Amino acid sequence: MVTTLAARHAAEIAGTVPDPELPMLTLADLGVLAGVEQDEQDGPDGQALTVWLTPTYSGCPAVAEMAADVRLKLGAAGFTDVRVRLRLDPPWSTDLITDAGRAKLAAAGIAPPSPAGAPVPLRLGPTRLLVDCPQCGSPDTEELSRFGSTACKALWRCRACREPFERMKEI
Amino acid sequence: MTDRHAPHGHGVDDHVYLGLAQSDQEAEARWAYGTGFADPLLGVDTALAPDVDGADLSLYCQLLGDDALILSQRLIEWCTRAPELEEEVALANLGLDLLGQARLLLTRAGQADGTGRTEDDFAYWRAEHEFHNVRLVEAENGDFGYSIARLLVFATARRALYLRLADTRAELDAVLTSVAVRGAKELAYHQEYAAAWTVRLGDGTPYSAQRMQAGLDAVWPLLDELFTAHEVELRLGVDPAELRAGVLEELAAVIAEATLVVPGAAPMARVGGRAGREGVHTEALGPLLAELQCVAREHPGATW
Repeated sequence: MVTTLAARHAAEIAGTVPDPELPMLTLADLGVLAGVEQDEQDGPDGQALTVWLTPTYSGCPAVAEMAADVRLKLGAAGFTDVRVRLRLDPPWSTDLITDAGRAKLAAAGIAPPSPAGAPVPLRLGPTRLLVDCPQCGSPDTEELSRFGSTACKALWRCRACREPFERMKEI
Repeated sequence: MTDRHAPHGHGVDDHVYLGLAQSDQEAEARWAYGTGFADPLLGVDTALAPDVDGADLSLYCQLLGDDALILSQRLIEWCTRAPELEEEVALANLGLDLLGQARLLLTRAGQADGTGRTEDDFAYWRAEHEFHNVRLVEAENGDFGYSIARLLVFATARRALYLRLADTRAELDAVLTSVAVRGAKELAYHQEYAAAWTVRLGDGTPYSAQRMQAGLDAVWPLLDELFTAHEVELRLGVDPAELRAGVLEELAAVIAEATLVVPGAAPMARVGGRAGREGVHTEALGPLLAELQCVAREHPGATW
């Protein structure tokens, strides 16, 4: 496997595929696109590519759609011989979300995650996560539920502007 | 789940979504999202580490995968029955995490022993005595207190096991290690959720404390099986007995915070020395499997 100009071009295209659950983010923003390589036996003029994706959660149901979208978009750009493979190591983390991705999340009303760091420790007693409201910017917010509409989000509410909002959890 | 006839590594090619997406405007095709499943180990390197017995690794993946699959099924039974909408969403989310772990582990089990059995073969086409889950996860949900007590025990023990696997047995199998690394992070949320409810109910009203204590008391006899090694765990050098002291310490800390009492109940008896790991289950597993398996068995090989 080698990284070539064609592979780099293909990576740019594959990186623009939107995430099925967070369509304001691309696979590149999310850090799900783990690399694109040109298959060696294909020679320098060939277009046979392997696209590596790293799934988010173990139960993420969107992997098939992501892979199909990648193949579709690359096919439209002339890359017809594309294999999608999953890369599980290193595991995906919210730390892989790019700065551009974090800005897009906030613009869509979803509070971006804090740095994940080590595995989340067991916290007993009241915890104070400092989260700014993506609507009005106030830090006076509270968690309603740690689990939301998708595996990656929690439900929050702003006490200043009274708006509910979602927040992406660190993992 | 996966198309049982798809050649490995190309399962996604036949995905229904692709056909729809090609025949329609890209954005319009998104309604098809979630209608299909790809091989959860699509294109992952399937080679075994040297000196690892494939049959042993397969069986170990089944032990862990069956625990996750069966508890996932119990958790989703709370849909439409939970005390609040938020808890329903939360329990379904936890079930989804466990289902994801089960899919990876059971797919790996079919690769490791060379039989090529898929996750569907394991989930839908095995009989009750061929399931290796501990009896803890198959017990009926009971009330919310019991389900929380069971979740607290399972999440604490499984996170400890995943952390140990990732830290000290990473060379055993790359796929198993990657499941453990990511699973430990997911289970931290499960553990925290269960611990928060244990404290909220235990340190709540006298009645909520009584119900939470009753849940812990009823779960406790099933704790022992989590730390009782199956012979395959001994052969692979992953004896769960090593986790017992640390897990009990974590559980005791939560129970103390909840102003409850660590139960002293004796372990549930084994049957001729055998229990869930050896395929000897309680009467709760049969009806669970009947529900889990009925559609696949009524319409073998069906896709939609």
